[in-house]
Amino acid sequence: MIWDRTETLPREDMEQLQLSRLQTVVRRVYQKVPFYRERLQERGLKPAHIRSLADLTRLPFTTKDDLRVNYPYGLFAVPLEKLVRIHASSGTTGRPTVVGYTKKDLRTWSELVARVVVQAGTKPRDVVQICFSYGLFTGGFGLHYGLERVGATVVPASAGNTQRQLRLMQDFHTTVLVSTPTYAMYIAEVAQEMGLNPAQLGLRLGLFGSEPWSEGMRQELEATWGFKATDNYGMSELIGPGVSGECQMQNGLHISEDHFLPEIIDPETGEQLPPGEEGELVITTLTKEGLPLLRYRTRDLTALDYTPCPCGRTTVRMRRVTGRTDDMLIVRGVNVFPSQVEEVLMDIPGVGPHYQIIVDRQGYLDEFEVQVELAADYFTGKFRDLETLERTVKERLQTILQITPKVKLVEYKSLERTVGKAKRVIDKRRI
Amino acid sequence: MWVKQISVFLENKSGRLAAVTRLLADHGFNIRALSIADTSDFGILRLIVNDPAHANRVLKEAGFTVSETEVLAVEVPDRPGGLARVLDLLHQAGINIEYLYAFVSKAGENALVLMKVEDLQRAVDVLSAQGITIQGHDVVHQI
Repeated sequence: MIWDRTETLPREDMEQLQLSRLQTVVRRVYQKVPFYRERLQERGLKPAHIRSLADLTRLPFTTKDDLRVNYPYGLFAVPLEKLVRIHASSGTTGRPTVVGYTKKDLRTWSELVARVVVQAGTKPRDVVQICFSYGLFTGGFGLHYGLERVGATVVPASAGNTQRQLRLMQDFHTTVLVSTPTYAMYIAEVAQEMGLNPAQLGLRLGLFGSEPWSEGMRQELEATWGFKATDNYGMSELIGPGVSGECQMQNGLHISEDHFLPEIIDPETGEQLPPGEEGELVITTLTKEGLPLLRYRTRDLTALDYTPCPCGRTTVRMRRVTGRTDDMLIVRGVNVFPSQVEEVLMDIPGVGPHYQIIVDRQGYLDEFEVQVELAADYFTGKFRDLETLERTVKERLQTILQITPKVKLVEYKSLERTVGKAKRVIDKRRI
Repeated sequence: MWVKQISVFLENKSGRLAAVTRLLADHGFNIRALSIADTSDFGILRLIVNDPAHANRVLKEAGFTVSETEVLAVEVPDRPGGLARVLDLLHQAGINIEYLYAFVSKAGENALVLMKVEDLQRAVDVLSAQGITIQGHDVVHQI
């Protein structure tokens, strides 16, 4: 089933729609957002200069750093009273990235998530258990309203308490699971420990997102749960989940191109790359009111495929995201930047500037360890001082990162010193 | 009146303790007493050696994280109840012991126990008043 006829527009009509929306959004940000007006003026660019989709490349990029500098509301294109919802995700430093939605944005968001869940195979009769956290993170609420829009029965179970999740699944006869792929594996593990066979719980579909995963992981999930496992993609800066998602073919994620104009660029040079080539995904939001973004650099690596899909949709498909152009880590579905860790450590006397992050996967759960050197002059010889220090580091990191880290004090000068860029992160996970 | 103890911060990884003791051996230091307190991640090695100032310098130069602390060397009669009496006295005086460990060798007929307390001088006064001998570093480091 196809949720919206726009998903099947002939290429020519889609491009016509995209151009007219692009012109509108450029005109809007030029008028409403001083940041963009200045950026365009610097380039001698006026909204009227955008005459074709090819003119897109004349527009400036927007980065996560721009959002940070303009924290919290600097890039919003509407006054605060027009906003009805705020979400946030972790930024590269202490400041989170804040996004705002108008009433219309929330309607758009529900529609876009509806497309994603329908193309994955969700039906109105489904009982859908959402195991994403509800809160500032866009995952929970985004899927929630999109699924309600479709008419599915939503169980807002939120994240955690795995035994309870399993009980809800059994009692409510859940048919669709929404979670991160790793959490789905973990639930299966707990089920088996409880003497349950996940494949016999009656689930027929998994909607997975918010962390990268592999084809191998998909096969494992499908074999364990006996359901179809589909991938969907989004990020809070763009809207949250609902940017793109897999159809039943499971061969690339259809981008809602009438709302998100995609390009692939060379992350080094910023040059646009031809279809099919791998590079950084850049998205211009075409319909957002609250926080419209021109050429937002997602830092995600993928490639675009414009060939027709047997499912009948004509929208371009992006390949499953294979990596990042920056050092962002995704740990238990949460975005973590090494710079956040660094900032916390710099503020704590007693630990040195040298640290190392080790990410590993124990079973199906990510483990996040920070090793930091004890400052030589801080050592008092007292055991309690070291324990207090370790606890302080752990608590401060937890506050900033929103995940519980393991902290290990190591000897001064025991971490590797390298000339130039230090190897701060060791990611042992095989995804 | 009190003796200098060296504390070394050690990561819990194989070979670190060996590295410290090897270094001290190579420089001719004799370890008189030692104790280790540890968690799964790190430990503190406490040492009494002859010439602690020099040992401290050697360890630092080799890159170890070291600190110096003063502790008491208390003579305890080497018989049942010997240590208990000393601890009772400190307890009655309200003096808390952070940690203690024992010497391997004896001072004459008595065992020698190293103690870290907050108020060293008060502990000395309490114990001396009851006829308990506290050894200074001149004796301890030469045992």
